[in-house]
Amino acid sequence: MYRYDEFDHAFVEARVNQFSDQVARRLSGEISEDAFKPLRLMNGVYLQLHAYMLRVAIPYGTLNGRQMRKLAHIARTYDRGYGHFTTRQNIQYNWPALSDIPAILKELAEVEMHAIQTSGNCIRNVTADHFAGAAADEVADPRPYAEILRQWSSVHPEFSFLPRKFKIAVTGSERDRAAIQVHDIGLQLKKDEEGRLGFAVWIGGGQGRTPILAKKIRDFLPEADLLSYTTAIMRVYNLHGRRDNKYKARIKILVHETGVEQLSAEIEAEWAHLKDGELKLPDADIAAINTYFAPPALTPRAEGWGELAAWKKSDPGFAEWVGRNVAPHRHPDYAMVTISLKPIGGIPGDASADQMDAVARLAQEFAHDEIRVTHEQNLVLPHVALSDLEPLYRALLTDGLATANAGLITDIIACPGLDYCALANARSIPVAQEISNRFGDPKRQAEIGELKIKISGCINACGHHHVGHIGILGVEKKGAELYQISLGGSGDEYASIGQITGRGFEPGEITDAIETIVDTYLANRTDTDESFIECYRRIGADPFKAALYSSEAEAA
Amino acid sequence: MKTTQMKTKVLTANRLTDGISVWLGANGEWTTSLRDAFLARHEDAVAAIEAAGHQALADNRVVDVNVIEIEETEGGPRPYRLRERIRADGPTIDYAPAAAARVSQAA
Repeated sequence: MYRYDEFDHAFVEARVNQFSDQVARRLSGEISEDAFKPLRLMNGVYLQLHAYMLRVAIPYGTLNGRQMRKLAHIARTYDRGYGHFTTRQNIQYNWPALSDIPAILKELAEVEMHAIQTSGNCIRNVTADHFAGAAADEVADPRPYAEILRQWSSVHPEFSFLPRKFKIAVTGSERDRAAIQVHDIGLQLKKDEEGRLGFAVWIGGGQGRTPILAKKIRDFLPEADLLSYTTAIMRVYNLHGRRDNKYKARIKILVHETGVEQLSAEIEAEWAHLKDGELKLPDADIAAINTYFAPPALTPRAEGWGELAAWKKSDPGFAEWVGRNVAPHRHPDYAMVTISLKPIGGIPGDASADQMDAVARLAQEFAHDEIRVTHEQNLVLPHVALSDLEPLYRALLTDGLATANAGLITDIIACPGLDYCALANARSIPVAQEISNRFGDPKRQAEIGELKIKISGCINACGHHHVGHIGILGVEKKGAELYQISLGGSGDEYASIGQITGRGFEPGEITDAIETIVDTYLANRTDTDESFIECYRRIGADPFKAALYSSEAEAA
Repeated sequence: MKTTQMKTKVLTANRLTDGISVWLGANGEWTTSLRDAFLARHEDAVAAIEAAGHQALADNRVVDVNVIEIEETEGGPRPYRLRERIRADGPTIDYAPAAAARVSQAA
């Protein structure tokens, strides 16, 4: 993985010192809250309902054991013993004191981490496929390009005060595991007919109060042109993006209002001035960054094939976990392991300090010291020998980390909601917990198959409800919580925005409504191979609406 | 003429140093318990707590100062808005690591 060079160390240290001074001056009363707020936000510090919140960047979701141990240490020393992994592959601490944040940032810098640009109207942490560098279907590792973008965008003077926040995601294969079509810029690594590496470029995707899928503006951009072309997009957005209305300031609105053809032409015109200039990436620089992400030396471990078969036969729980949470690695003797942070009835994305320590230890023992954070709020060990799966599973079991539900109905994304968030209108976590408990039986989950439920506690859509197969949006109506359901959303390469079913449901009704939807799917699917989203796309919303609202129709 | 009874109000904020939710008490100090908040039952009292809030903000003791409406119950003051009830009582969920430990034992 990437290691800081002297410049990176000096840059982060200078920023820690600068912000420490700003915090000291704020605490002494030298600067007002109005002056301090934009400074703290630039350093990832929010004020929520109960306390400050610190959002720490995990670039493209990649961590090593030492870094995870530091996150555990921070949770234990400065917070309440846990952290929350988010849909942007970051971690949030819910209870840090402002007076402790300089010390926390100093500790993070020791392990090459920071909280810079995790808030504010700038280019945020660049996200990537969590299976990067290991997936069997990968064209190329997206992380070197995410790292190039990170270096280029960090305190970029031209792009630090954009009309609104800006999110870039990179995926390395046709199968989109980074949800690129709901990002401001989405990049898909691919090869052209001559075998050259480059990107399909998408712009203008986003969720929030106006969900819009991105438009592809280039089918192939050579890798050397990554920064010059991205700069062209940013310049056009920075110039024309609306600053009069924060709700219309994202690039998706600019694309929508201007039209993709005209905007694309403006980007191409801007790029014409930039493409052969200093932003063109030299092959040597790309190669240098790529060396940081060289895959670990994976020695053949063919004995794992036979062992795995025997273990699966003798332990149904292990077999179930392998079936759900283990995916093929490009090396046949290895696998990618998803560590679910969705225990039945638990809080999606939360991990205790002890669990973080356990994951760090297991990554070092079994997974070449690599950990990933997924946008679905789980963790991944990307390089585990088949021969090590059984001891890994045993260890995960003891730490409450072996829930076999990756991709199933209880693998729910949920934002912190009104239990923590100052922006929220309704709670998300209790809804996720009740659904998880209702469907927690392993047999029932397996029968239902792949089904992604995503829950947001407000219109900002941090819980990605617009792209949930079943999306749930919490709103406040007449002072009470109400939950709107949308169906048919998807955040993968066949991206779609979910459609609202009708009137919302009260907290006591929402789990029953989800069960009605699931039962309708089970009654209508052609066979067990037809997933929920496939079934929905075939039969449409009407059977689900009829099931949800039939009693009202009869009453009328 | 029918008169509308004013809803009782309290002053709330977050402490500058650690962000913890606080309410203005009758003794003029900020308290971490809503039960100890000063209850403003008439317009003059509301004006007084608003002034106290402005001063505390200017003195850099608290941030995000707001007057909120509560109902007086036998159990103490109860905010009308769920958001404010959650601020007063803490998250409604049994958050980690206690919850994680229980799940671990159940597994």
